[in-house]
Amino acid sequence: MASLVIAEHDNQSLKPATLNTVTAAIACGGEVHLLVAGKNATVAAQAASHISGVAKVLHAEADVFEHGLAEHMAAQILALSSAYSHILFAATASGKNIAPRVAAKLDVAQVSDITRVDSPDTFERPIYAGNAMATVQATDATKVITVRTTGFDAAATGSSAPVEVIQATTADAKSQFMGSEIAKNDRPELTAAKIIVSGGRALGSAEKFSEVITPLADKLGAAMGASRAAVDAGYAPNDWQVGQTGKIVAPQLYVACGISGAIQHLAGMKDSKVIVAINKDPEAPIFSVADYGLEADLFVAVPELVSAL
Amino acid sequence: MKALVAVKRVVDYNVKVRVKSDQTGVDIANVKMSMNPFDEIAVEEAVRLKEKGVLTEVVVVSCGVTQCQETLRTAMAIGADRGILVETNEELQPLAVAKLLKALADKEQPGMVILGKQAIDDDCNQTGQMLAALTDWPQATFASKVELVDGHLHVTREVDGGLETLKLSLPAVVTTDLRLNEPRYVTLPNIMKAKKKQIDIFKPEDLGVDVTPRIKTLKVSEPPKRSAGIKVADVAALVDKLKNEAKVI
Repeated sequence: MASLVIAEHDNQSLKPATLNTVTAAIACGGEVHLLVAGKNATVAAQAASHISGVAKVLHAEADVFEHGLAEHMAAQILALSSAYSHILFAATASGKNIAPRVAAKLDVAQVSDITRVDSPDTFERPIYAGNAMATVQATDATKVITVRTTGFDAAATGSSAPVEVIQATTADAKSQFMGSEIAKNDRPELTAAKIIVSGGRALGSAEKFSEVITPLADKLGAAMGASRAAVDAGYAPNDWQVGQTGKIVAPQLYVACGISGAIQHLAGMKDSKVIVAINKDPEAPIFSVADYGLEADLFVAVPELVSAL
Repeated sequence: MKALVAVKRVVDYNVKVRVKSDQTGVDIANVKMSMNPFDEIAVEEAVRLKEKGVLTEVVVVSCGVTQCQETLRTAMAIGADRGILVETNEELQPLAVAKLLKALADKEQPGMVILGKQAIDDDCNQTGQMLAALTDWPQATFASKVELVDGHLHVTREVDGGLETLKLSLPAVVTTDLRLNEPRYVTLPNIMKAKKKQIDIFKPEDLGVDVTPRIKTLKVSEPPKRSAGIKVADVAALVDKLKNEAKVI
């Protein structure tokens, strides 16, 4: 019995979600191997070899792995799958895209978004936007799993596992990468940030969103998030959406500014250690989960907070 | 070109479900059921592609209990041309649904299949990708823009950090994200028209698919409750609490 963790990376550095996925894999019981499939990804493979608990890193190189397209990644994973009882992905946009393709090719069910490993075949996962927790048993021989990163601590680093370069297996793909628009900024990644400052519809415009939320995020060294309402209204980019179908986050501190707190939003942030809500509506549901609620006009309170810090 | 669109009947997104006291599941007796919101976006996208002349027919499929016909009628009121119900009382998991859709894709030979990225009941986010695997078709998940250019689909996808555009040969599988479109309101005349549209009914056996669940639910429990904290009087009090009590800044 051994687990294969699919590393998420940009060919240079590993995404932090990989570390939480390794912790889940260790909990499954067997030896843990990590697959780094990429283009010129030697640096990422080296970084992977330092994760504690990883016995071996498999490094596959091919040009088509550059953007992690599902068809090629699935082909590579399937070529290795027979040696593993568990195949784990982070439940990120990339992991969610690839994992079911692997599971269906193996004719096995996939267990999505696990938050706990009870035994090698039994897992806990949220359903109905986290309003219920299901304990499920996977009956297939191979367990294909996506891991909700907020459910597991990040694995430590500092060890040194061997890196084995393996033969790349790619698909006769019918899809091609055309381009991407990835916002470059110096902020921490939303799902890995220790502090998140999030804005809602009450901000009223993209300009106000940036004018009010950015200084607070800068001051706290925080990532920025948004409610679905704010994203739909165009105040914040799509990938800032925190919630059931957006990013699931659990920072040390989550500051919700002008967010009313729909259940879909709460589903994405209620595991945060400390929640602060700033809202002028005393009845806003966000106050029911907030450790510290400040009933105030955010346009006054947030700048005041920035200068008080 | 024909599109197949899969729609799921789920507990309405406004309903806060309750866990049954015997922990066997959530109580969905007498709660409002609706079309999965992501599937509504899928139907809307297909209907818009038909209105643009890209598609000639939109066929909606639902798998599950008899009442899924209501979900199909809603899809046809949005503008889908006809419906297919794969009727069963068995619990259907994503792999089983993907196999049923594969069997229907073999029969109907669509140019594309459009599905919601995720159902808001089991939150699995699997079926579209599994269908793409079983058919060996290319996939573009989490779509925020779909265009047909020179016989290929150009799909912009929502990924971590931003957007990505893929070019797919047809047939292909697309799953929808929230920003793809805003579904129209169905009008009464269209609801009436939808009543006359055809629904074909199959059983999983008719399609040669074994839908036996592969994942057993052992129990369903309440999530840990988070209780409300305190209200602070002003910004100074908030900063004091964060520094000295919570010690997070």
